[in-house]
Amino acid sequence: MSARAAGHQSHASIHAWLLLLPALVLLVAFTHWPAVSTFVDSFYSTPKGSRAAVWVGLENYRAMNDDPVFWKAVRNNLWFAGATIPLSIGLALVMALWVNERIAGRAFLRMAYFTPTVLPMIAVANIWLFFYTPQYGLLEQVTGALGLPSHNWFGDQSTALACITLVAVWKEAGFFMIFYVAALQTLNPSLREAAAIEGASRWYFFRRVQWPLLMPTTLFVLVNAVINGFRMVDHVFVLTRGGPDNASTLLLYHLYEVGFKFWDTAYASAITVVLVVVLASVALFQFFVLDKRVHYK
Amino acid sequence: MQRKYFNRFLLAAGAAAAMGWPSAQAQTTEISFFYPVAVGGPIAKAIDGFATDFMKANPGIKVNPIYAGTYQETIVKALTAHKSGTPPVTSVLLSTDMFTLIDEDAIVPIDNFVKTADDKAWLGSFYKAFMMNSQTGGKTWGVPFQRSTVVMYYNKEAFKEAGLDANKPPATWAEMKDAAAKLTKKDASGKVTQWGVQIPSSGFPYWLFQTLTTGNDAILMNDAGTQVKFDDPKVIEALQYWVDLGKAGVHPPGVVEWGTTPKDFFEKKVAMMFTTTGNLTNVKANAKFDFGVAMIPGNKRKGSPTGGGNFYIFKKSTPAQQEAAFKFIKWITQPERAAEWSMDTGYVAVSEKAYGTDALRKYGRDFPPALVARDQLPVSVAEFSTHDNQRVTKALNDGLQAALTGTKSPAQAMKDAQAEADRILRAYK
Repeated sequence: MSARAAGHQSHASIHAWLLLLPALVLLVAFTHWPAVSTFVDSFYSTPKGSRAAVWVGLENYRAMNDDPVFWKAVRNNLWFAGATIPLSIGLALVMALWVNERIAGRAFLRMAYFTPTVLPMIAVANIWLFFYTPQYGLLEQVTGALGLPSHNWFGDQSTALACITLVAVWKEAGFFMIFYVAALQTLNPSLREAAAIEGASRWYFFRRVQWPLLMPTTLFVLVNAVINGFRMVDHVFVLTRGGPDNASTLLLYHLYEVGFKFWDTAYASAITVVLVVVLASVALFQFFVLDKRVHYK
Repeated sequence: MQRKYFNRFLLAAGAAAAMGWPSAQAQTTEISFFYPVAVGGPIAKAIDGFATDFMKANPGIKVNPIYAGTYQETIVKALTAHKSGTPPVTSVLLSTDMFTLIDEDAIVPIDNFVKTADDKAWLGSFYKAFMMNSQTGGKTWGVPFQRSTVVMYYNKEAFKEAGLDANKPPATWAEMKDAAAKLTKKDASGKVTQWGVQIPSSGFPYWLFQTLTTGNDAILMNDAGTQVKFDDPKVIEALQYWVDLGKAGVHPPGVVEWGTTPKDFFEKKVAMMFTTTGNLTNVKANAKFDFGVAMIPGNKRKGSPTGGGNFYIFKKSTPAQQEAAFKFIKWITQPERAAEWSMDTGYVAVSEKAYGTDALRKYGRDFPPALVARDQLPVSVAEFSTHDNQRVTKALNDGLQAALTGTKSPAQAMKDAQAEADRILRAYK
């Protein structure tokens, strides 16, 4: 390689780095730096007033192990994710297949299903708060008309989490439906015609043609659903504040309380690290393992 | 050519900034002021009006009021700003956040600014009950502003229907339980259509619980905020009473929402409710029946905790800004302003002198329920507050909700909460 060519090349690479710089600065400032500093902070104590942070090693992680509320939040969150993910995806698929048909009022139906997604979370939660209100809430009026006894949905430890789960499913399903509708529209119409000529039933056509072709979309939706399952916090704020007695506390809500109510920032960092590690490993598994299996060949 | 002009322009602008900036600084002191909104009413408008009036009277000071959300959101914003080095100069925050703010080294004592005899008279003019959550260790850290107590609202029409005297609300626990039983209505299938009494238990159950512990002559914490007494037999007895109201079928089961409690009252689903006096303007506007406001019934004595927000001055601001903030706080808590604020919102005016103003005297004559919270002040106690306040409070709240939903006995719930609080407070002894 001649000296001139090498010079040209280094010039080009400087140029490339300069072009990358704006994006790089943003990425480092808002993603990488906070992540690294959170990781580092999790090994220090919380600075308070004039008392500076000191190195405590794994103390924050040990505290997490002994924290009953943390474990309660983990159990609740697994339950919540386990219920919302399949329910919202299943419901989204059914709704998508339904509004993809040539039926009267299709545009209206699509809009109706999508409405929950565009509403602000806090507004949604406020509406549902009154649905669940004991005695005169919407739910109570329905159950009351059927002669069922009154129930305090959010005020009972056995139903509070299930009620929040239902709100989340209602909100998520409309969002995921959009992806399925888009995917269904890209399917080649000749497949349906061929199936019709062969005399395939609608169920058979769905099971052997549509569903396999929707697999990449399902993976994408699944990744989103998992993230949302662990990212849920706003509804908890408005509906139950994690109560009664932590019965509906989810991980991110617990994290918020520790970080911004108790100001135990070091412990909050440790919880964040655990949450990020778990979510990152799930996402990596989905991308590198599941992704290889979903494409229809 | 163009670049040359541009450079000249820059130079000129820089020189202007260098010369103009310090002189502008010397002329006006700017103070940022965070405030929360916790009850209904035109709060933001009232605050902006106060700020404008104050600036008219004090041209050298610019007050910059910033609405910062709920109490919880406001302290999050104020403390985050403090940690990043530029907190608001002054802020209204919960009186119970005092220990947290001291521990974070975020605020300066108000005493630092009290110099003249006039200042001293002003500091001494506030109701004693409110100062209990403003002082610790011989220093005053906050000044009462939007303060409240819990009161009992009752439906006079329901009282008449049940054959009770609408002008004689229950004054003791026993009377309240009897009245609640008479006020509880059921339909043919045995479903309750109107509960006798409702004490909310979401959000901040500890505050409502204090209406019962105070009435049972128990104090939940010491003045230094380092010791709690959740497992005191008198405290357990108070919780037992609350749980028993539910078991007797005169109080809704489980945890009751704070936010929907006034609506339950308007919908006649509950005949007596416990809530803040700050809801008075709301109830006055929305209850379509004759209602009364009463002091909280007691067992061994009467009483309620106080609640609400204080003014604090933040440490990381210049002495000139702190002095200006002090001036503003002193101005806004003068009797006429306090009276105006109380009528706009339903909050208790912070000093005896405010109730002596013509405006508030007339308001009280025309609308006597507005005076109940004030009359309750002599028997009021400090709102629950300790070091690491939110965490200790959560231990108590969790225990209360566990007992109310029936997963723990009152004794067990309070014993567990005590153990948790002792563990948290160990660091402050």
